[in-house]
Amino acid sequence: MNKTLKSITSKRLFLPVFCLALVLLINLFTRPDFFSIEIRDGILYGFLIDIINRASELVILAVGMTLVVSASAGTDISVGAIMAVSAAVCCNVLTGGERAATAYSNPLILGFLAAVLVGTVIGCFNGVLVAKLNIQPMVATLIMFTAGRGIAQLITDGQITYVRVESYKTLGSSFPGFPVPAPFIVSLVVVLLTAVLLKKTALGMYIQSVGINKKASSLTGIKAVLIIFLTYAYCGFCSGLSGLIASSRIYSADANNIGLNMELDAILAVAIGGNSLGGGRFSIAGSVIGAYTIQALTTTLYAMHVSSDQIPVYKAVVVVVIVTLQSPGFARWRKALAQKKAGRVTGKEAA
Amino acid sequence: MKHKRTLNQTSFLLLITIVLFFVMYGVGCILFKDQGFAKTQNFLNLFVSNAGLIVISIGMTVVMITGGIDISVGSFVAMGCMMLAWMMEKAGIGAVPAVLAVLATGVVFGFVQGFLVSYMDIQPFIVTLAGMFFARGMTAIISKDMISISNEMFMAWAKMKIYLPVGGHLNKKGVMIYPYVYPTVVIALILLVLAFIMLKYTKFGRSIYAVGGNEQSALMMGLNVRQVKLKAYMLNGFLCGVGSVLFCLNTLGGFVEQAKGFEMDAIASAVIGGTLLTGGVGNVVGTLFGVLIKAVIEAFITFQGTLSSWWTRITIAALLCFFIVLQSVLSMLKKKK
Amino acid sequence: MEKDSVLEMRHIYKTFPGVKALQDVDFTLQKGEIHALMGENGAGKSTLIKVLTGVEEFEAGEIRMEGNEQPIINRSPQEAQKHGISTVYQEINLCPNLTVAENLFIGREPRKGGMIDWKTMNKRAADLLADLDIFADVTKTIDNYSIAIQQMIAIARAVDMSAKVLILDEPTSSLDDNEVEKLFRLMRRLKSEGTGIIFVTHFLEQVYEVCDKITVLRNGRLIGRFTTAELPRVQLVAKMMGKDFDDLAAIKQTGEKEASYKEEDIVIKAVGLGRKGYIKPFDLVIHKGEVVGFTGLLGSGRSETVRVLYGAEKTDEGELFVKGKKLAAKHPIHSMYEGMAYLPEDRKNEGIIADLSVRENLIIALQAKRGMFHLLSRKQQEEFTDKYIDMLQIKTASRETPIKSLSGGNQQKVIIGRWLLTNPDFLILDEPTRGIDVGTKTEIQKLVVKLAQEGMAVVFISSEIEEMLRTCGRMVVMRDGSKVGELCGEEMSQSTIMSTIAGGQ
Repeated sequence: MNKTLKSITSKRLFLPVFCLALVLLINLFTRPDFFSIEIRDGILYGFLIDIINRASELVILAVGMTLVVSASAGTDISVGAIMAVSAAVCCNVLTGGERAATAYSNPLILGFLAAVLVGTVIGCFNGVLVAKLNIQPMVATLIMFTAGRGIAQLITDGQITYVRVESYKTLGSSFPGFPVPAPFIVSLVVVLLTAVLLKKTALGMYIQSVGINKKASSLTGIKAVLIIFLTYAYCGFCSGLSGLIASSRIYSADANNIGLNMELDAILAVAIGGNSLGGGRFSIAGSVIGAYTIQALTTTLYAMHVSSDQIPVYKAVVVVVIVTLQSPGFARWRKALAQKKAGRVTGKEAA
Repeated sequence: MKHKRTLNQTSFLLLITIVLFFVMYGVGCILFKDQGFAKTQNFLNLFVSNAGLIVISIGMTVVMITGGIDISVGSFVAMGCMMLAWMMEKAGIGAVPAVLAVLATGVVFGFVQGFLVSYMDIQPFIVTLAGMFFARGMTAIISKDMISISNEMFMAWAKMKIYLPVGGHLNKKGVMIYPYVYPTVVIALILLVLAFIMLKYTKFGRSIYAVGGNEQSALMMGLNVRQVKLKAYMLNGFLCGVGSVLFCLNTLGGFVEQAKGFEMDAIASAVIGGTLLTGGVGNVVGTLFGVLIKAVIEAFITFQGTLSSWWTRITIAALLCFFIVLQSVLSMLKKKK
Repeated sequence: MEKDSVLEMRHIYKTFPGVKALQDVDFTLQKGEIHALMGENGAGKSTLIKVLTGVEEFEAGEIRMEGNEQPIINRSPQEAQKHGISTVYQEINLCPNLTVAENLFIGREPRKGGMIDWKTMNKRAADLLADLDIFADVTKTIDNYSIAIQQMIAIARAVDMSAKVLILDEPTSSLDDNEVEKLFRLMRRLKSEGTGIIFVTHFLEQVYEVCDKITVLRNGRLIGRFTTAELPRVQLVAKMMGKDFDDLAAIKQTGEKEASYKEEDIVIKAVGLGRKGYIKPFDLVIHKGEVVGFTGLLGSGRSETVRVLYGAEKTDEGELFVKGKKLAAKHPIHSMYEGMAYLPEDRKNEGIIADLSVRENLIIALQAKRGMFHLLSRKQQEEFTDKYIDMLQIKTASRETPIKSLSGGNQQKVIIGRWLLTNPDFLILDEPTRGIDVGTKTEIQKLVVKLAQEGMAVVFISSEIEEMLRTCGRMVVMRDGSKVGELCGEEMSQSTIMSTIAGGQ
């Protein structure tokens, strides 16, 4: 009995699946309508659909963040700010520098490309600081964490920039003819592409290898600096893409609010996904489930009338609990406790 | 010869900062001569508007010397201000107990963060990132709407002017106007001096440097490394408490978005002032100049009038980036030696 | 207690999981004596020091100090210090960012009115250093000074805390001759004042220059306590390496390896290759089908030499030719492209990638050589893995078991497999047999000989001379960071090797 329980809990995806199930279970009891799904105008509606829809940006971020954490044992805290910059760039390109527009000044694709490119470039900037200059990841990304929103404000002149064109809303709502939300499809594509990239090239193995033992990896011919750099660049790319979706949802660029608090969610998704923040082995699937868990949690909290600016309190507590459980200090404490217990047992036997 | 160079590295960074400040101030005096940039009062205003930041940067410096960091300070200030405002305006608590409560909260907050960092061995960044979101969220839980402070005693503290006996000038009506500061500046400077003495002349102060210089060595020399770190975070928490009170005396209210990006200002001030991110090196005088540089940039933007205030943030980030890269390059050069 | 002895350790036992680190070890230190503690890797030197200074607990035995009726047990370095035992480690435990004076007095700063009295502290520090003839400005931070001075300052700190027993753990490994001389002067000075000094080092010359007594450990056992003047160097080397003189000769068997090599068989040619402060310039030629052994005591530069060859450390002088082509590797991958492979000495930190599976650990080097976009198919990976698990008889639960859960010997086999898979022309094995069971050791030796017969050039490093004699056709002898000789054919016997290692008598 105990053994089977242990073998279940030691499975890689146990933590994320358990957390997700827990959140869903709570909803099952508190709100019976939680799981109902209906179709209106050929589009799916319902709480679950809402969660899957809203989680899309987070899923994409979590994918990038997972790789960063794995390779560098650090986190990229600039992802939210990058989203704001990419949204600002996209809207600014599409409006041609105006603060609101009802028609595109430039082709839609140009705006998209510019946004994703800017995200990637910022990611590269972070990558150079971390991989090449050996600066602690969080310090390096702190620069963009704060400067990013300032840059976004400058691009948009400190105002919200609106793109009031129907086709701009597509990415954030639904593709014609598809019943599932467009953001979900985009996130699915990103996850699948990443999975293919990691499976069909040696990149996945390299990233883990560098994260576990940088020295040994270098000696076996892996260019550790390059690998770490690439993960940051990719994380920047993911952030840029997320920024696009977030912007499309509100068909505007709001430098203050796009991607707000997303960095914590992304880190939390990775941690709940069963990935160690100390780097090494990773599971994209875990992070994705982690991301849905967090969105489910967020949606649940909203439903319980917790406002968006209060939610971070609960998430912060979850983060602290999870990292404490993973921490060396906690392991030490548990070991000491086990020893004490063992000592007591042998003491009894001796008596 | 090679040894001389390493000696100068720390003082070199500090020197850059001090020179940078005076150059910037000088440039300001010339550029905005007509608007009276050079007036004594405007110089003092650099301190007046940044008293809270000075205190918080002191705390940041202490934590960074141990090799840690605290990115929760901005959110804590927001929470502290909101607590003050809520206690005095909504709960009818007096100004003195309210202030004491905020200071106590700071210490407790510092204790929890310090405990997780030192006794649980969790990266300071992760711990304080969680702290950052926690404090900001708490602010919203206390009140989603802005609360303005009208408590008499608190207002009296805020409006109390302390005039300097010198440096006055005659105004148009022929009355002698002396430059003044608020008590916040005095408190900030007293704490600066105390912190300086603490870091230089007490066993605790030196232990902080030892822990940041080489944790292993400090342990072998018989220092209680974990305890030193915990105390450093608690001290930082206390200073955050004081800092938020001073900040509140300036803004006279609490709202959720307050002091956003403040952590960046504090970290930047410390780093620009010569504190090494890797720990072990730094002092509060440098940090003061770091704060003043940020203040001058702000003054520039105010006097210039047309630039957006976002430029402050971006310039600070650029400066921080420059100094971080400089530190990293210097340490790489040193390792190669 | 013996007369005049300041420290006595009796019947000390210590086991680590799977290893008997110390078995019935005695150690006696006299007042005013410099006592060398010697032994090769795994002999138990550092464990003995750790037990003495309270870093590790010991299971049985007792430690007595002069003046204490009761045996003492140290639970921490601080406690040891209270008993008058101070240690200066190889990685100096000082804070680089603090001043010399602070490093001397931290934790016990002189104070006035609760505040640190810098004036008194600096004065006392200056006096202390002057008294010991150490020249340093006490107000400067310690990173302004060379390792040698730092070492002496660490000693001064220990002495000032009234050390009766001073342990110097490989203090000279990064000092130049001049600095060593200064350190010795200080040691003699302390000796004359009655301090007992335990000196852990690999440098034979230094032992004979400064030590009165020598205690030799091997495989966790005490070999003996000797008076330096009465123990010839060759004898000392023999005692450390574990062979008595007379019973060898028999193992030699490498007649056919004396075959002369042709110019086109040269795989590796190093001309004046070196790196300042790391390894002195050396020349070396290695041929196809040849097993070359690098021998010398620990710290003699044998590992450093192969790291430079492989490109794990950059060189700053000389040239390296691989199969006639000049190679200046910026990254190990460039050496790998030229057919090199390197099994590092430190298996745990530089060899295995702990959390990855046996399969991944096996194929990773070949994968790196192929490039990121030419992923070996899962089927290929499994075939390779099965092949090597079978060929090297690796004991593992499955291909997907994390390598960290394998035993040391099997981990080592995986790493060897990793490199064989890249089909190298030149294979460097640095201590492939350390810390693994006897059966596996023999297997590895056989494998090395077989690989050479198939035409591979191999460098083989081992602390056990016997192993090298059995496998190598030629031996390069290292001492104190430089190549001091090359032996082959008839010259290759334990006695000549040991006397070459020991150096001029």
